[in-house]
Amino acid sequence: MPQIFHRSTNTFSKLSIFGAVFVIAGLLIVVMAINRSGYVTQAGVTREQPVPFSHQHHVAAMGIDCRYCHTTVENAAVASIPPTKTCMNCHSQIWSASPTLEPVRASFRADQSIRWTKVHDLPDFAYFNHSIHVNKGIGCSTCHGRVDRMPLVWQHASLQMEWCLDCHRHPERYVRPRDQVFNMEYEAPANQLILGKRLIQEYKIQSLTSCSTCHR
Amino acid sequence: MTTGNGQLDLPYLRAKLTDRRGQLYWRSLEELAETDAFQEFLYREFPQQSDRWTDPIGRRRFLHLMGASLALAGLAGCTKQPAEPIMPYVNAPEEIIPGKPLFFATAALLSGVAEGVLVENHMGRPTKVEGNPEHPASLGATDVFAQASILTLYDPDRSQTITQFGEIRSWSAFLSEMREAVQRFKQNKGSGLRILTETVTSPTLASQLKKLLSDYPSAKWHQYEPVGRDPARAGARLAFGTDVAARYHLEKANVVLSLDADFLSTGPGKLRYVRDFTARRKVHQSQREMNRLYVLESTPSNTGAMADHRLPLKASEVEGFALALAAELGIAWRVEIPAKLPGSTWVGPLARDLKRHPAATIVIPGEHQPPLVHALAHAMNHTLGNVGSTVIYTEPVEANPVDQFESLRELVREMQSGSVETLLIFGGNPVFAAPVDIPFADALAKVKQRVYLGLYNDETSELCHWHIPEAHSLESWTDARAYDGTVTILQPLIAPLYGGKTAHELMAALTDQSEQSSYEGVRQYWSSQFTRIPVMVSGARSSSAVCQKASGDFEEFWRKSLHDGFVANSALPAKPVALTAQPAVLRTDATTPGLELIFRPDPHVYDGQFANNGWLQELPKPHTRLTWDNAALISPATAERMGMTNEELVELRFQGRRVEAPAWILPGHPDDSVTIHLGYGRRRTGRVGMGAGFNAYAVRTSGAAWFGSGLSLSKTGRRSRLACTQHHHSMEGRHPVRAGTLEDYHRHPDFVREMGEEPPKDLSLYPERKYKGNAWGMVIDLSSCTGCNACTIACQAENNIAVVGREQVIIGREMHWIRVDRYYAGGLENPATYHQPIPCMQCENAPCEVVCPVNATAHSQEGLNDMVYNRCVGTRYCANNCPYKVRRFNFLLYSDWETPSLKLGRNPDVTVRSRGVMEKCTYCVQRINAVKIEAEREGREIRDGEIATACEAVCPAEAITFGNINDPNSRVAQLKANKLNYGLLSELQTRPRTTYLAALKNPNPEMKTS
Repeated sequence: MPQIFHRSTNTFSKLSIFGAVFVIAGLLIVVMAINRSGYVTQAGVTREQPVPFSHQHHVAAMGIDCRYCHTTVENAAVASIPPTKTCMNCHSQIWSASPTLEPVRASFRADQSIRWTKVHDLPDFAYFNHSIHVNKGIGCSTCHGRVDRMPLVWQHASLQMEWCLDCHRHPERYVRPRDQVFNMEYEAPANQLILGKRLIQEYKIQSLTSCSTCHR
Repeated sequence: MTTGNGQLDLPYLRAKLTDRRGQLYWRSLEELAETDAFQEFLYREFPQQSDRWTDPIGRRRFLHLMGASLALAGLAGCTKQPAEPIMPYVNAPEEIIPGKPLFFATAALLSGVAEGVLVENHMGRPTKVEGNPEHPASLGATDVFAQASILTLYDPDRSQTITQFGEIRSWSAFLSEMREAVQRFKQNKGSGLRILTETVTSPTLASQLKKLLSDYPSAKWHQYEPVGRDPARAGARLAFGTDVAARYHLEKANVVLSLDADFLSTGPGKLRYVRDFTARRKVHQSQREMNRLYVLESTPSNTGAMADHRLPLKASEVEGFALALAAELGIAWRVEIPAKLPGSTWVGPLARDLKRHPAATIVIPGEHQPPLVHALAHAMNHTLGNVGSTVIYTEPVEANPVDQFESLRELVREMQSGSVETLLIFGGNPVFAAPVDIPFADALAKVKQRVYLGLYNDETSELCHWHIPEAHSLESWTDARAYDGTVTILQPLIAPLYGGKTAHELMAALTDQSEQSSYEGVRQYWSSQFTRIPVMVSGARSSSAVCQKASGDFEEFWRKSLHDGFVANSALPAKPVALTAQPAVLRTDATTPGLELIFRPDPHVYDGQFANNGWLQELPKPHTRLTWDNAALISPATAERMGMTNEELVELRFQGRRVEAPAWILPGHPDDSVTIHLGYGRRRTGRVGMGAGFNAYAVRTSGAAWFGSGLSLSKTGRRSRLACTQHHHSMEGRHPVRAGTLEDYHRHPDFVREMGEEPPKDLSLYPERKYKGNAWGMVIDLSSCTGCNACTIACQAENNIAVVGREQVIIGREMHWIRVDRYYAGGLENPATYHQPIPCMQCENAPCEVVCPVNATAHSQEGLNDMVYNRCVGTRYCANNCPYKVRRFNFLLYSDWETPSLKLGRNPDVTVRSRGVMEKCTYCVQRINAVKIEAEREGREIRDGEIATACEAVCPAEAITFGNINDPNSRVAQLKANKLNYGLLSELQTRPRTTYLAALKNPNPEMKTS
């Protein structure tokens, strides 16, 4: 029986077997990259909102503090989306006829909530608490990015567990003085690690990585 | 070992129990007999793994579906999380911080009597009931009914609309019909108007009723409740010639005698009594002495399980014993002692022990015992000098104490004669629960206008013209009194979900102010009455000397009373009473031969009102550990004589009526009597309660409301299946209970430790863990635990634990994170009973952790065995390797993910588990974290006792202590240092964080055999 394949095909077959390892590894890398990409995590994607509320305008231009609207951030798990009344505090006086703000006025008139779209949507089995992070010196911008530069808010970080754990394992890399927590323009100093280690001592920051810290 | 037909060989069991050296603790007759069925059950190790395929889907179909699911599972992984809306308030309420619960004080009602509670409210949704630590009847604890009331509130099967002849009507339509009726009543002075309520303690409702009766003098108010307290009332009248209520101070009592009274688990004061009683049994604290409890009982109860000496007697024999004891104690009355006296050996030593402690003993009569027993108990308490010290008499708590059977009989007589035109039924379910010799349902047909206010569309609503949905007590403004008379003004935690109405609103409909809300009604009443506090209400009875004016601002009074959860100083004051000279006859008919039938309210379904509550239905009943059913409880010897086995259907014929019931052999039950529980066999209720059990009311007459002789039993040859949990999660005879006597403890305090062995700490393959900061631990005191099950149901409410249903319980799949195991020690006739709550032990060397292939159960930095649901793939290796059998697996989707009303009641801080994941006790990690965050924010350490797990918080006996074992001053660390402390199966080197304090009894040295 004559040989069907030429001898050289042996090399091809060896190469393809060898290559398959790389192809599979490559595929895995692609899958992992996709999984971490904004396509899956929705990081960097702006959401459409019923009212095009601009943090850039309100925070950077007007200089309103985070806590004017997100009132419970220092005391509770959630930072709170402000009630319509908070918008109306100003907008019953200024821009009170603007068509853009009609949904806000409609909400106030009809006593019906504005239906915002959630931007930072953690999985239901993760129980995140804002107050403890804020009180231990984690700044708003550490997780939420430069909200003062966002016309419409997008998610800055991936919000994946490895991202959480990065900080929970190495809090010294991210912690800042308490008086700088709400400062959007805060930049980590060059000696962050030294400062971080000092603040960890001072604020008694623990590196909590037990499952039940977040999952119940 | 069994005889041929699967029947237990009782002589063999007796021989086995007597032959044995040392104490044997056993869980059930089957275990003791090592029956084939029990062996099979154990062999499977996991009853859960049983091959029973309960779905109607066949194997082939299953494979089809599995194949399709696998293929589609890949696709499902590609979907992105959908966008979720977030809806803020328009105007934020001032007090609400989203995610932080508020607590409001109100009360839970049972038989009209209040138990002060604080209800956790998440943004307007009540989710969990806690006891009110400042309320005298609660002191922070609650019973199982209060815990389960959350589920009743959100029950989707509650009636949701007003109906007339089954058609939906509006409230205004009802009001206009009532307006016509009111015109009629004004002319005929209300003749033909009858109101039927349950026991009323509400001062507002009572004043509304009294006003109505004075406006319409010919109208009448009747009261009936199937689990009433008629014998106690009659007994007080017999002894004192007047209506009074007895209140006990168990904290002052050295010796307590119960004459068939289950005072630790029934009755309005039970929570306070448990607290006061068990406080005297905690020898690990500074005290060296314990109180002593003697119990005579006609059916095994939790009080009997706590007894130092327990004597099973037929219910009819208690009277004779009481007479003999009264004579021995030398009461002022002349009594006749029956010739033949069961339990006669007890009389002498018991009387001597009682006399040894003047003014520091209590004789408590059983609520279901005849008036004579009550009268004798009052007389004995007088003779022993207890009155004023351990026993206090007050005005009755009820607004209008009447003989309720008589009241119902009179109403039915009038209904039959046709003189009742309008009948308003406020709550209860009299069609279902009336005694059979009072034909309430038949007589109801003769009433022209029938209105029923009730929570459910039930047997009574079926026969009434108008059915008004009742507002749940968590939706109502009303008021009620506690066991000691303390008034609580109940405030609603949520607006009525289904437009329910309260009794106050129905009462207002009968007046000219027909639209008065219950808030206005209650407020109006108190604004006119509040200055009469302290001491008032039931107006005429209060004497002028104590009617001093309270200082005056009503708004302040109102706000303070609502905030505190009770009206300060409203407890009824002690009332001086004098024994009557000599009641007519103080004798008893000699003990009746033959079988006796005993009726008791069901421990969990009660009189039937909780039949549609899945939490209560699935809660294993004390002693029998049955769920979803009632049974005819008989003693082993009687079963043997009759040739009956467990689950065999027997026919009970009693006074000409019959009912079929499954038999259940209960060690410690007195011979020749049968106990059946009321409340089951509902013909018309929601989806949960339909078809469960048999109806004990079918044989209950007003003459033999609690027990009666003349029962005959016959076998039907058929069997039924009962969902009993007592074999589930067996630790296979490793004797987890350790017990001794007070004498042992004082003589040789190390006896507990010597009962087991504790391997050295370093005898482990795994490296020693270091716990810096907090290390959580728990101690459970077996001397205090009464086995009331409140921990199980509190855990269920706190941790969103699913109900699985009867079929799933039969195959061992109940989900309770903390179970209460029941152990017997001693012979079949009168064994000692021990209750042992078993949560997760949170082992330091946890066998579950090392076998998980996906690291879904991991050790936390504070020593908890964390369970990570989203990692779990359901191998169940962990449950297999857990020696304590505390892990529960979601074989099916047990949680209801669909019903909107049930979603409202869930704890938002705990994940609702899905199918295919393991779950178990977490030490209420959500509570730990909440307090930890609070403390960290304030920059301080967590205070001892600041974190209370749900089971600890609810426990009336304070048997459970949780805390930081790294802090040597914490309560839990000090208890663990006690000599009584031992770890369960600690010889396995699991080093459990949950440990136990051995049970101590304090027997009378004069009575060696109990």
